[in-house]
Amino acid sequence: MGSILRFLKLCVLEPVKSGELYEKKAQIKLDNEKKSFEIPKIEKKDKGLSEEKKRKRRPNKEWRCIDSCCWAIGYICTIWWLLLFMFQCLPGLKVPEPPGTRLKREGLIALHPVVMVPGIVTGGLELWEGRPCSEGLFRRRLWGGSFTEIFRRPMCWLEHLSLDNETGLDPPGIRVRAVPGLVAADYFAPGYFVWAILIENLARIGYEGKNMYMAAYDWRLSFQNTEVRDQTLSRLKSKIELLYVTNGNKKVVVVPHSMGVIYFLHFLKWVEAPPPIGGGGGPGWCAKHIKSIMNIGPAFLGVPKAVGNILSAESKDVAFIRAMAPGLLDSEILGLQTLHHVMRVSRTWDSVISLIPKGGETIWGNLDWSPEEEHVCNSAKKMYQQDFDNNGNNSDSRRLFQVQEPTKYGRIISFGKIVSDLPSSQLQTLASREFMSNNSSSNSNAACKGLWTEYDEMSRENIRIIAENKAYTMKSLLDLLRVIAPKMMKRAEAHFSHGIAENLDDPKYNHYKYWSNPLETKLPDAPDMEIYCSYGVGIPTERSYVYKQSPSGRCNSIPFQIDSAADGSENGCLKGGVFFVDGDESIPVLSAGFMCAKGWRGKTRFNPSGISTYIREYKHKAPANLLEGRGSESGAHVDILGNAALIEDVLRVAAGASGSELGRDRIYSDIMKMSKKINIQL
Amino acid sequence: MSLLRRRKVPENERTQVPDPNPDGNQKDKKIIDKKIEIQKSQKQQSKWNCVDSCCWFIGCICVVWWVLLFLYNMMPSSFPQYMTEVITGPMPDPPGVKLQKEGLKAKHPVVFVPGIVTGGLELWEGHQCADGLFRKRLWGGTFGEVYKRPLCWVEHMSLDNETGLDPPGIRVRPVSGLVAADYFAPGYFVWAVLIANLARIGYEEKTMYMASYDWRLSFQNTEVRDQALSRIKSNIELMVATNGGNKAVIIPHSMGVLYFLHFMKWVEAPAPMGGGGGPDWCAKHIKTVVNIGGPFLGVPKAVSGLFSAEARDIAVARAIAPGVLDKDLFHIQTLQHIMKMTRTWDSTMSMIPKGGDTIWGGLDWAPEEGYVLSKRRQRNNGTSEDEATESKVKHVNYGRIISFGKDVAKAHSSEIERIDFRDAVKGSNVANHTCRDVWTEYHDMGFGGIKAVAEYKTYTAAEILDLLQFVAPKMMERGSAHFSYGIADNLEDPKYQHYKYWSNPLETTLPNAPDMEIFSMYGVGVPTERAYVYRLAPAAECYIPFQIDTSADDDDEDSCLKDGVFTIDGDETVPVLSAGFMSAKGWRGKTRFNPSGIPTYIREYDHAPPSSLLEGRGTQSGAHVDIMGNFALIEDIMRIAAGAKGEELGGDLVYSDIFKWSEKIELPL
Repeated sequence: MGSILRFLKLCVLEPVKSGELYEKKAQIKLDNEKKSFEIPKIEKKDKGLSEEKKRKRRPNKEWRCIDSCCWAIGYICTIWWLLLFMFQCLPGLKVPEPPGTRLKREGLIALHPVVMVPGIVTGGLELWEGRPCSEGLFRRRLWGGSFTEIFRRPMCWLEHLSLDNETGLDPPGIRVRAVPGLVAADYFAPGYFVWAILIENLARIGYEGKNMYMAAYDWRLSFQNTEVRDQTLSRLKSKIELLYVTNGNKKVVVVPHSMGVIYFLHFLKWVEAPPPIGGGGGPGWCAKHIKSIMNIGPAFLGVPKAVGNILSAESKDVAFIRAMAPGLLDSEILGLQTLHHVMRVSRTWDSVISLIPKGGETIWGNLDWSPEEEHVCNSAKKMYQQDFDNNGNNSDSRRLFQVQEPTKYGRIISFGKIVSDLPSSQLQTLASREFMSNNSSSNSNAACKGLWTEYDEMSRENIRIIAENKAYTMKSLLDLLRVIAPKMMKRAEAHFSHGIAENLDDPKYNHYKYWSNPLETKLPDAPDMEIYCSYGVGIPTERSYVYKQSPSGRCNSIPFQIDSAADGSENGCLKGGVFFVDGDESIPVLSAGFMCAKGWRGKTRFNPSGISTYIREYKHKAPANLLEGRGSESGAHVDILGNAALIEDVLRVAAGASGSELGRDRIYSDIMKMSKKINIQL
Repeated sequence: MSLLRRRKVPENERTQVPDPNPDGNQKDKKIIDKKIEIQKSQKQQSKWNCVDSCCWFIGCICVVWWVLLFLYNMMPSSFPQYMTEVITGPMPDPPGVKLQKEGLKAKHPVVFVPGIVTGGLELWEGHQCADGLFRKRLWGGTFGEVYKRPLCWVEHMSLDNETGLDPPGIRVRPVSGLVAADYFAPGYFVWAVLIANLARIGYEEKTMYMASYDWRLSFQNTEVRDQALSRIKSNIELMVATNGGNKAVIIPHSMGVLYFLHFMKWVEAPAPMGGGGGPDWCAKHIKTVVNIGGPFLGVPKAVSGLFSAEARDIAVARAIAPGVLDKDLFHIQTLQHIMKMTRTWDSTMSMIPKGGDTIWGGLDWAPEEGYVLSKRRQRNNGTSEDEATESKVKHVNYGRIISFGKDVAKAHSSEIERIDFRDAVKGSNVANHTCRDVWTEYHDMGFGGIKAVAEYKTYTAAEILDLLQFVAPKMMERGSAHFSYGIADNLEDPKYQHYKYWSNPLETTLPNAPDMEIFSMYGVGVPTERAYVYRLAPAAECYIPFQIDTSADDDDEDSCLKDGVFTIDGDETVPVLSAGFMSAKGWRGKTRFNPSGIPTYIREYDHAPPSSLLEGRGTQSGAHVDIMGNFALIEDIMRIAAGAKGEELGGDLVYSDIFKWSEKIELPL
């Protein structure tokens, strides 16, 4: 890897440097010319000498071209190595004491086995069988690690990461499987930790391979399909049972992250359901084997990001963008083709659908209302507020303004900035039926065949109608998705559901497609279990989007784009076409916290046995300087796994503490207020 | 730096001197031009001299390096194979491809049990000196730490001398998953070739399992400390359940063979000592046990390893630079450290030859006697000079595993004067303070003890145990709680329910599973250590008092004695007798060791060294570890995994004299 980097450096930097060098030489030549005017008299005496020196000049001439190149490269290399050497010799910077060491001194020891459930994109995937173009990649990581294959054979890479468009399983002749073990998600890419810091701290109080387990699964598949294809759920069940038995009948602490949270929710239902669709663990399985579930950055009610992703492949997941070269995905560098490919691949991944916001308008708000409407983006960051005041607007008028016109977060997609602010009475909305029936000839042409997405099957007319419909709430959005990506939604809706259950005892809810939706399942009967919602707050998080129709190009078949020109509504929540609320950069507070704050609090119909829930929020604090890396107080979606306070909580729970010993709720955001506004039957 | 300097100097001068003579004539200019050039050349010469040529040199090397790297990366990945094929003729299809064409499909889940030293170990908790190695491999991989901080490494790899478990404050654990033993060191495959071939017919992570364990511990301790046996049990159960009830095929290699023998007893034994799987667990969950290079009856190498740390395990010697272990480089201290470290590993004692004189031969007798190194080759060539050569053969006393002096090794037993060492008084402590950090038990023995050992002259397999008891009492005390080396008289005796007998095939019965099959697959045709000629080492400080007498050598070309080692047919590590006897005789048919009559098969693979360097370690190798890349063996395994029975493979496949030798062994069955 190092040598590849150096090579890249050579390609990119060197021409510039050597160019500079020549300029400098030219400069020197000029300077010397001027200088020599000074001493013309001595020159005559030296004429004889100069003849001799002329001969010497010849070898010098050869120094010119290649040699100066070599010289420059050597120069740069030497400096590079010197710096590298000095960096290596640098005595370890004063690292703040890791929580594990401190807690070990306090006397904490490993007690409950720990199961980690990674989220979407953070788990590694490796190749087991592939097409000829992937020769030599057997058991190499296609996803995670250094991602070198993206650069070397991008088309081959995309082909192997795609799933079958019809079944959502492996395409014929390709087997890509999840990497098992702790290595699956300790580091996403070299140096970019995911679980590594948590693992290290757990190890300090005595954890090791026998009482830690990484429940790696293929995050591209729908949850039930991971069982169908890989028996991942059975494996997880067997592992938990084994951990329970071999650790002296100590219940396990489960730590799911991001999408892993809903995956584990699915598991909880699966394991108690009777075979063949369930694991046949019986109704007491969870009560017997699980002590607590520490959900980190939970995407319980979905993320609005997923919508943007499906619609136009434009919202990018944190890990995704940071680890890979950002330029690669950027539409401005390689044209729309890249985005298009990404879209095509990610649309074959059923798991993306699991992240579509759940609960419809009841949770996410309708055209005129949303639970977060009082959110002031400026107060999320005090810096903003100061700027605001300095600009001369007095705070009274601002407050007034907000009372009059709260941000309409409920409109998850609006076409045009104006639309996003209009009162609903002025919006002309079409019934979704209308654009569904209006199906005319496809406008795909042969040139674009390689890049087929379902957009090509839609007519321009349809696209126009969609855009004219102006604003979409969560409810109409699902209809919209069904229109623009009928195949994907058909495939995925067999596996996921996004509604709210009227009557949970309805036998239809025994179907697995409801299991990952907390609003359509009951928690298991395990009154001693504890559920934590731990997430970061204080980072602006995508909540709704302003879209525009993209200019039609030749193969430019993603007809919609986020309107990045839409900017700066007065309360600062709109930036680059995206409305922000409080959250952890990926997941809005509402999605992460609502179930713990209200849906499951006390004995409700979703939580019939009254499992106690706790909210643990961690306020984001950006790392003070570059040396700190990603910081030990971060609240960002993935970086929070290195947050010292969170790690301490996990360690304490693993060592036996209960929620009340941790100090119960720890809240910075308005989650309680927001939850209160949501009218849901409990 | 020099760039900056160049720029600065002229700039200063420019400011001092304004342009003189702006309307100077052409002649002047020409002269001036020349002058400039001279000056420039002077300047350049002086500047290019020192640092710059260095830089130039480095730059050159870098550029060449990059170009090569670039070319290497651009090279199509089939290029090396193409070259090989051009030179050596077309290569056979790897068995995976061949069998895939035949239509074989993954059927039975496969469990790999790696052997000693081939599994990776990683650090979970360590002392200060091991900072930054958390979850890095200490064993396996690049072994970078051996060079960087050797003493720290030895400290962390050692176990506690008393308990045979972790020393306080150190936790070194086995790597888990297929990566634990697919490659031992980069490029040095162990299981990788087999895994890749199995994947061709549809195997993947969910149908393959690497039962990695900490190979330094005694077998029962892997359960005590890591619950490794419980884990294997649970995983086999899971795989059988998730693969539609198809029983598992177990593939142990080397010491893994003994480990799995232990497992089979453990899993059916009642809790808490056993796994509580009930008496038909093996019958329900195991289809076949495919033992590869199994040291069922131990290896003589283990004796010399424990006695003087001199027998080197293949993997160790080849993968780590041999120089590190070589005493000539770092002097005796290195060997001492190694010895001290390996003596804390209980597992090495599992490989001490078992069965005593009955199996391994007495002073004047051994089952292998009459073996001639070149004989088998000749027979393979079709000539039948057997009788002639055999009569010429000198009598080799393989039974004497250790003899002091070459003449002793050859002499008839009646000619040897032996003075019993067992009662010898151990002299005063020879160890002085300078040796403390490389302490071994030899320093407790004193000169008297050492002399007594040498004066006993020669040791058979049974006497070896007494010898080891004498020279390393602590280790043997620890080890004898976990392993036993005898032959059971009466297997019904309740004492045989203790776990220390479980890994000795001569003191346990096989499980009651008549449908199961047991294969012994091993390489033959490689000279394998069988007995040693020792001498007293010249006295020095902190020394190991015994050495293999490398000068003991026979002039005869056919001789089995080379550099103080008597060799015999085998796979370089395990003699044929140890690998094959149980399947050839001990378990053949219904015997007391095999009450349910589990069918056994012997599959031998004749060693053929790779014909050229390009082939790497060869596809027909019979060497202990390299056999894992043997195409014939892989094909056999894949057929078994896809459902074939022993008869369908063709039953026994024998090149060596194993059946003849087995007949000579008088063991009540």
